Amino acid sequence: MIAQNVAFWIIALAMAGAAIGVVRSTNVVHAALYLVVVLAGTAAQYILLAAEFVAWVQVLVYIGAVVILFLFGIMLTRAPMGHETDLDTDSRWSAAVVGLFLFGVLTALLVDAFGDKEIVLHEPTRTAAVADSIFRTYVLPFEVVSMLLLAALVGAVVIARRD
Amino acid sequence: MTHLLAVDIGWGWTLAIKTVVVLGLIPLGALILGYTFLLKMMSHMQSRLGPMDPGGFHGWFQLVGDGMKFLQKEDIMPEQADRRVFALAPAVVVISTFLIFVVIPTGPRLVVKDLDVGVFYALAVSSLSIIGVLMAGWASANKFALLGALRAAAQLIAYELPLLLAVVGVVVQAGTMNLNGIVTAQQNGAIFGWDGLGNPYILTQFVGFALFLVAAQAELTQTPFDMPVAESELVSGYMVEYTGFRFLFFFIGEFGTAFAFAALAATLVLGGWALPGVHGGTADLLGPLVLFVKLMAVAFLIFWVRFTYPRLREDQLQAMAWKYLIPIALANILVTGLFKVWL
Repeated sequence: MIAQNVAFWIIALAMAGAAIGVVRSTNVVHAALYLVVVLAGTAAQYILLAAEFVAWVQVLVYIGAVVILFLFGIMLTRAPMGHETDLDTDSRWSAAVVGLFLFGVLTALLVDAFGDKEIVLHEPTRTAAVADSIFRTYVLPFEVVSMLLLAALVGAVVIARRD
Repeated sequence: MTHLLAVDIGWGWTLAIKTVVVLGLIPLGALILGYTFLLKMMSHMQSRLGPMDPGGFHGWFQLVGDGMKFLQKEDIMPEQADRRVFALAPAVVVISTFLIFVVIPTGPRLVVKDLDVGVFYALAVSSLSIIGVLMAGWASANKFALLGALRAAAQLIAYELPLLLAVVGVVVQAGTMNLNGIVTAQQNGAIFGWDGLGNPYILTQFVGFALFLVAAQAELTQTPFDMPVAESELVSGYMVEYTGFRFLFFFIGEFGTAFAFAALAATLVLGGWALPGVHGGTADLLGPLVLFVKLMAVAFLIFWVRFTYPRLREDQLQAMAWKYLIPIALANILVTGLFKVWL
């Protein structure tokens, strides 16, 4: 378990550094690229937790699609080069307070709930087991969520259409 | 007789050997494809005399000459460019290519890492190259490069869906996403009770195979889907500012990914490393060769189309993905599922 813990802290520190980069960067494209590092770190943490399938879903969906859409949108509209001055606002201190507060609440919650639990991991979770639990045990919630997403998708198309 | 690969040399050496093999395989694969198809096949098909001349016999020296040319060229970076992102972009594209090779099996035990999520992993990491393309296009500080990158992003996102959905049919039929599992399912299968050839999924998943090839063609930005690099309108799209070694990285990324996708398609529907009646250690020995022959056949199809058809229009490209490929892929999944349940 020591190797896992060391890996966790290395990845966690890299993620935290990149997350600060997302907020502090003076260029929107750089911020989006820092976000790639944060999301890749999340995927790496999933792998440490032996959740292989979830990790690669994270890569495919968040890095391979969501960040691409961010970058696509930025480049389609402005594609700014170099440093920008109008990315900072006066509310940065209140934002920092809110961020710290959220961090404290989540830390307290997680430590309180899982602080003394140890998860023993041997083998990566098999994808078949994930599929079984989604499509057998939790098939009804899964279908409800997919209907909800479909409705949101159709709604977005309806709003975006001008004709 | 002990197994050929039964020698235990410790995980450190194993990891080192695997890394070296993968690192050597991509440039090698890219060169093989570039030489066979780009230089030789295209010259024959389009009566190009240049690449058939250097070195005498069949222009064998052309590739060496091209390589030397790339190494000599000055490494130019535009003055307005975002230096770090500009330098990092080709590496991102090549790393995405390297990662695909981790799961492709070339024998029952000859695989870098036999992941349970196999084919899903391969398609997930192949999508990372889009980030490199967008980085390259933006960091070049050039209108043509930016337009090329935008086109590439729109195209790669649109064709990622049919690519994933085309594979689902094979996964449903094999009952696993593990690539070695898919190969053994084909090797041990039977065609209406006759098991002389196993059951290569091309017989049942020909629709999926055709969709995979079309989508892979678009993912690789090969003609007729080469609008992102369209040399006659965008000069060379997102690669326009890259010279010498950095350009070579994009070249290796493009052809290395073509090599990987061809290997993936050969594994999914043509039985991969498997040969009828060959098992165990012999399969490990012959596997790489068998897979190579099969993947060259698939690559031949990809490049045949590339050298034959003219470029599509941007709206035709999007319409093809969303209005035709995705519905057909969904229908294919439905039919495969019905057969899987009832047969």
